[in-house]
Amino acid sequence: MIDVNVFLGSYPFRRVPGTSPEAVRAALDRVGIREAWVSHLPGLYWRDPTEGNPWLYGIAARETRFRPVPAVHPGLPGWERVLDEALARRAPAVRADPGCYALAPAGPEMCRLAQAAGERGLVLLLAVRLEDQRQRHPNDVAPELPAAAVRALVRCHPGVRLLVTLADRNFVEEVHYGSTPEEAARIWWDVAWVWGPPEDHLALLLETMGPQRFVLGTGQPLRLPEAVIARLDLLDLSPAARHMISELNASRLAPR
Amino acid sequence: MLVDVHAHFYHDRTPRADWQERNRSRLRAGERIGITWHVASILGSWGLTSPVYFPSPADLTYGNDRLLELQRAHPDRIRGYVTVNPNYPDHARAEIGRGLDAGLIGIKLAASRRADDRLLDPICLLARERGVPILHHIWQHRRRDWPGQEASDAVELCALAARHPDVRFILAHLAGGGDWLHSLHVLRDTPNVYVDLSGSGVDGGMLEACLAAVGVDRLLWGTDLTMDTGWAKLRYLERILTADELDRVRSRNACRIFPAGAFA
Repeated sequence: MIDVNVFLGSYPFRRVPGTSPEAVRAALDRVGIREAWVSHLPGLYWRDPTEGNPWLYGIAARETRFRPVPAVHPGLPGWERVLDEALARRAPAVRADPGCYALAPAGPEMCRLAQAAGERGLVLLLAVRLEDQRQRHPNDVAPELPAAAVRALVRCHPGVRLLVTLADRNFVEEVHYGSTPEEAARIWWDVAWVWGPPEDHLALLLETMGPQRFVLGTGQPLRLPEAVIARLDLLDLSPAARHMISELNASRLAPR
Repeated sequence: MLVDVHAHFYHDRTPRADWQERNRSRLRAGERIGITWHVASILGSWGLTSPVYFPSPADLTYGNDRLLELQRAHPDRIRGYVTVNPNYPDHARAEIGRGLDAGLIGIKLAASRRADDRLLDPICLLARERGVPILHHIWQHRRRDWPGQEASDAVELCALAARHPDVRFILAHLAGGGDWLHSLHVLRDTPNVYVDLSGSGVDGGMLEACLAAVGVDRLLWGTDLTMDTGWAKLRYLERILTADELDRVRSRNACRIFPAGAFA
């Protein structure tokens, strides 16, 4: 299995155990995940989030199960260099968190980033949220990513490919059916925030959109990775469909 | 044995056209997870003819009757709470008596009245008299009023629990949104409040915090609206608890607080 949504490093808004590379590696073993696309968690909240990238690259160089997802802030001068370095280091994706950067989620900076990533063939990872809005720290006021921004960003360039994490069913459907089939085919979704039974949101999305649009992402260690595994275990999936979601789609999206 | 202390079912007079499929899905997933008992409630008409969290007496009676039907249809899988609205004290008392006499095994209070309100005292006296627990809907650390409900938080539930030390209370869905850490701080010193682990949250560190705050003997397993996240928490607990401790969370704690023979 490939987990496209993994964090390393401490979280500023509450104590989260198991954020070190060693602890995350143990958690991967616990649930049988062989490869993790890792982001630097504290860096999301830094004024210059790219300052976490060298550490991330260093960790990934030592631990081949980790593939680095460097942060890029398109409001900072020289941000294009982050994309070029990501390409050179064969990162599977770059991530931007416009809510944390206080950027308009589909404003000119983010659109330029989507365009530049698309031109380079780089996947752009966007998180809808990290935590349930009802439990966030009072000072954690970064807005959630709106569905309209995903629709707008995928239209910025025909080469844009978006990997959206931690979206719920309504969000996924709004973007999918609010895009042309060609646009929708350039968006992948992780299943970290899509409900299983008895509401069966994930089963419905797989039936209506097909398994080719979904990848395994957990949000660990902020969230227990067991949730996504249990969700898949509760589906009546063919082995081929499960393989697509848990590994194949991600490996095709960003081959090593 | 595995007891889900926080389940829900739907019926024909709710806004859900897919109510039968949702009920079937819960039972189907329960078989896969290994749930022995779904202890469920129905909140009136779930908003069709009165608000979800402020159900009318007529809707409550109808919902409780449908739950009794489900319990009779699945005598080896389903048990139920009688749901009442404390704003209608006479109806609440009568409905509790009627529901428990008919075989329901607990009382469910949603968010119709703040938990520390004196209107809840007669309900607690009945719970003590009948020896049943009260499952109370909780918003973990309510910082403001939320539309559609008069939600309570752990502070208010613990105030009620302190007034009724002989009654067993279940704090609903610790992982159901809100600041669970705040609730855990409050719960430490209130031994007659048990923690229901249900809810969509699967935060790293939450289960360890629960164990540190209230210990294994006050944890109850449950699912609420997301059975996948319930199963995930159970799988994680299998890693961090001994077999004996896990068994307490899976069922023995529930067997202790529900009436004797409730799961026979």
